[in-house]
Amino acid sequence: MNYTLLGKKLGMTQLYDGTVQVPVTVIQAGPCPVLQVKTVETDGYNAIQIGYETKKEKRASKAEQNHAKKNGAATPRAIREVRCDGTPEYNSGDVLDVTKFEEGQKIDIIGITKGRGFQGVMKRFNVKGGPASHGSMFHRRIGSIGLCQWPGHVFKNQKMPGRMGGRQRTVQNLKVVKIDAEKNLILVKGGIPGANGDTILVRSAIKGK
Amino acid sequence: MNQIVKDLNQDQLKTDIPLFKVGDGVKVHTLVREGDKRRVQIFSGIVIARKGSGIQEAFTVRRISYGEGVEKVFPVHSPNVSKIEIEKESKTMRARMYYLRGLVGKKAMQVKEKRLARGY
Repeated sequence: MNYTLLGKKLGMTQLYDGTVQVPVTVIQAGPCPVLQVKTVETDGYNAIQIGYETKKEKRASKAEQNHAKKNGAATPRAIREVRCDGTPEYNSGDVLDVTKFEEGQKIDIIGITKGRGFQGVMKRFNVKGGPASHGSMFHRRIGSIGLCQWPGHVFKNQKMPGRMGGRQRTVQNLKVVKIDAEKNLILVKGGIPGANGDTILVRSAIKGK
Repeated sequence: MNQIVKDLNQDQLKTDIPLFKVGDGVKVHTLVREGDKRRVQIFSGIVIARKGSGIQEAFTVRRISYGEGVEKVFPVHSPNVSKIEIEKESKTMRARMYYLRGLVGKKAMQVKEKRLARGY
């Protein structure tokens, strides 16, 4: 299993790594209590369910409260399920935290990008558009979307205006610059999807080493 | 900004930076790496701008070198900037002294000097 934590994007800043300036995103991740362990025998697949942060008990349903209580955890604000390759090596009630990550390691971040609303094709797909002046009268439009009698229809995935952002995106192979186990912080080189304060999933990289 | 991010930045700030202003003549000591050797390079001139705040703060130093104006931007809190020395203090009417770029000859490096004891 790729070690996974739930976390929160706190913001970006810069760090001097030796004498080189590095742009970093500050992530607060964990501690995440394991709320449930799913195995092939019980559920048909292997996974663990992890929680993050807490919410007021009166805001949670009885089902939520008791689900957390079973493992001696407070009612979590966010819950996610993480698939495991084999039988999960964790028991419900375990707490996952930042200490398993190392500085210099590669990690993946999964988050939801900022919603940008209904956007044109230039912003959404980097379509070139037309000239701004010289009476072109063709500025930010798409242009042609296909041919005439053949094929007789517009191809699928034709780039057109529409809702942009607000989708789940994964950024792979971000380098861990620093880890602060006391404050549960991971400092990662580069940007990650979402606004500050958004919940994200931090996972040891699937591809990169 | 998030308090944790603010604290992170606060920890990185240098505490021994002299109070230099726009218009001051300064000597900036920078660490330069040549192969595996490290040495200190000094760039002296007039501070013509200070930009940004906190960890991002930078300042621009202008000098006339062999008749040609040269400007360098230094991040204030970079570990490469080892020392900033104030040589001359001055009285300026502007926050950014970009007008110096348009001047030639003697005027290009003339800034009203301050004849005050350096006590602030």
